[in-house]
Amino acid sequence: MKRIKLSHGSGGKLTHDLIAGTIRRYFDSPLLENLPDSASVDLHGCRAAFTTDSYVVDPVFFSGGDIGKLAVYGTVNDLAVSGSLPRFISCGLILETGFPQSELDKILFSMSEAAEAAGVDVVTGDTKVLPPGKVDKIYINTSGIGLYPKEASVPDGEICSGDKVLVTGPVGDHGAAVMACREGLNMESNVQSDCAPVTESARIILENSARVSFMRDVTRGGLATVLNEAVADKDVGIILQESGVPVRDGVRSISELLGIDPYYLACEGRIAAVVDAGHSGKVIEKLSGSISGGESVIIGEVSEKYAGKLVAETAFGTHRLLQMLSGEQLPRIC
Amino acid sequence: MSFEYLDNYRNPAQVAELGRKINDLAGGLDRRIRLMEVCGGHTMAIHRFGLPSLLPANIELISGPGCPVCVTPPQYIDAAIEWGRESGGILTSFGDLYRVPGSEMSLEDAAALGLDVRIVYSPLDALRIAEQEAGEEVLFLGVGFETTAPTVAATLEIASQKPGALFRVMSAHKTMPRALRALVGVEEVSIDGFILPGHVSTIIGTGPYDFLADEFDVACCVTGFEPVDILNGILSLTEQCCKTSFFVDNQYGRAVRETGNEKAKKLMMRVFETCAGNWRGIGCIEGSGLEIRDSWADYRVPGPDPHDQTAGDPKCRCGEVLRGVLKPPECPLFAKGCHPEKPVGPCMVSSEGACAAYYKYQKLSD
Repeated sequence: MKRIKLSHGSGGKLTHDLIAGTIRRYFDSPLLENLPDSASVDLHGCRAAFTTDSYVVDPVFFSGGDIGKLAVYGTVNDLAVSGSLPRFISCGLILETGFPQSELDKILFSMSEAAEAAGVDVVTGDTKVLPPGKVDKIYINTSGIGLYPKEASVPDGEICSGDKVLVTGPVGDHGAAVMACREGLNMESNVQSDCAPVTESARIILENSARVSFMRDVTRGGLATVLNEAVADKDVGIILQESGVPVRDGVRSISELLGIDPYYLACEGRIAAVVDAGHSGKVIEKLSGSISGGESVIIGEVSEKYAGKLVAETAFGTHRLLQMLSGEQLPRIC
Repeated sequence: MSFEYLDNYRNPAQVAELGRKINDLAGGLDRRIRLMEVCGGHTMAIHRFGLPSLLPANIELISGPGCPVCVTPPQYIDAAIEWGRESGGILTSFGDLYRVPGSEMSLEDAAALGLDVRIVYSPLDALRIAEQEAGEEVLFLGVGFETTAPTVAATLEIASQKPGALFRVMSAHKTMPRALRALVGVEEVSIDGFILPGHVSTIIGTGPYDFLADEFDVACCVTGFEPVDILNGILSLTEQCCKTSFFVDNQYGRAVRETGNEKAKKLMMRVFETCAGNWRGIGCIEGSGLEIRDSWADYRVPGPDPHDQTAGDPKCRCGEVLRGVLKPPECPLFAKGCHPEKPVGPCMVSSEGACAAYYKYQKLSD
């Protein structure tokens, strides 16, 4: 009998296989076709983005954030990168018997602060409590609705040779922060999660370029996984300049120690986007004056070479393939 | 961690210069030389930094048996799962071992069927679980070379101070020099030089490899894992081949001494004694394994008989890959029936496995 394994939840290839091969067989709405992070739905003439996500991060409190903050920003960011303005979210709590009320208060306070910062209202919710051991402390599900501004442009999905690839800040902070806080590693580290809303950066990217061909928030699976999705089944590829990809020293330390490539470490407040070359300079300039995108840089280019592949050019001029995350284990990062 | 230090070993100008020197030297050789990187960490680093494209056509790098997970035989996984089922205890393991296929299933498959398998980052974490889950037996799967064995030994010494913790170890630990002796004698492999394992050598030193140069006329160099380290190692091996003068060079002086780490060696031998070791792909090598001594018998869960050579999946050719006879892409299953997410053999599972390295950093056709 086939059974679900831990790797089915990795966000990598096996997760995609599970969605495409099993889950999708039962749901055939045309809106699911490209499996976007949020669906673009028509509500009697008003176009809205709709998304959902569950949060099971371990530990619940980590450097730079907690499960509550993550649950708000994670859903907000899925809405924002679709080009919509996040408006409403839900709050579904699944709690373990014995979970301290004071910690729940801390998490809810953090959610309320995050919702205010992101400009969304928590408008509905649900609570379930399970016996000890049937759930690990607390899980949160949030769903969200965002509204598309009138006449607004949205990412078109057609990346072209010559387009520039940008990221709105150093990568891997969230993954490294959670790993460092995890029981068992006991690492001294000053790395903080980058957990933050990306709504402002997404607006700047959309409003200052002629064409945004791809825009996603970088989460589980990291930069390499997201950019692999950008080139999948395309007749162009992406070449990243490895020395240009920003990675904080603390994140590099943890990556070196654990033998993990920082390009596969999760972020929770970064966008990776592909924009037309002509406007890329202006986009970076505008982003650098923003709060959420102050450390934005161009990290690579779309190329006719390497169709369908993501390739890193090393500091030595050699090229190496960056595949979609497969087989590696970083469970419960978000 | 200071990156100035690390960046010195990744300096592009120095990498280019070493590449030139190696090309010049190898140009004077009228033959092809085959260099084996013994350690899986080297295999990964070589491909991660794209080093093969800097080397001349007559230097061939082949991967060796230095990935501890890869050389762990399927019988060991079977024995661990069986222990879990019979005792009802908790299995703890490094993540790399989690998805390695046994004869019937992996630890991951067994966990999906209800076995309590937990991934740890160090044997001390496993001991901590044993303290927290007092009354439950906790088995640590001891897989690794001389690099890992001293940590396991230290953990057992700490465990002996904690009577409440029911901590156990099933040892599949192995030692490197005897395996190299077994490999160097095999004609089908024909190795001109060894890039010797950096981490293992920090413990055992360079002395135990002398026989390779003295008895077998093979070039040897211990080196680190950064591009400059690896290229310095390859340069040294190429020089030794050119001059037909062989010795054990040490290009990893910042970590490796000739005599190794005496304290770690003593600690290791207080807890372990040598025994026969079963290497997947190579077979049983006398004196190449480490078993827990009788004086520590309370903590010991015996592993499978190392002389049991029943094979795993007959289509899997990891054995030939581990001996350097076959390159990963030459295996008919490579990237077809065997992927990192659905591995047939251990070399595709472990983060240091040769097949995983070749798969992850597949050659790019323009």
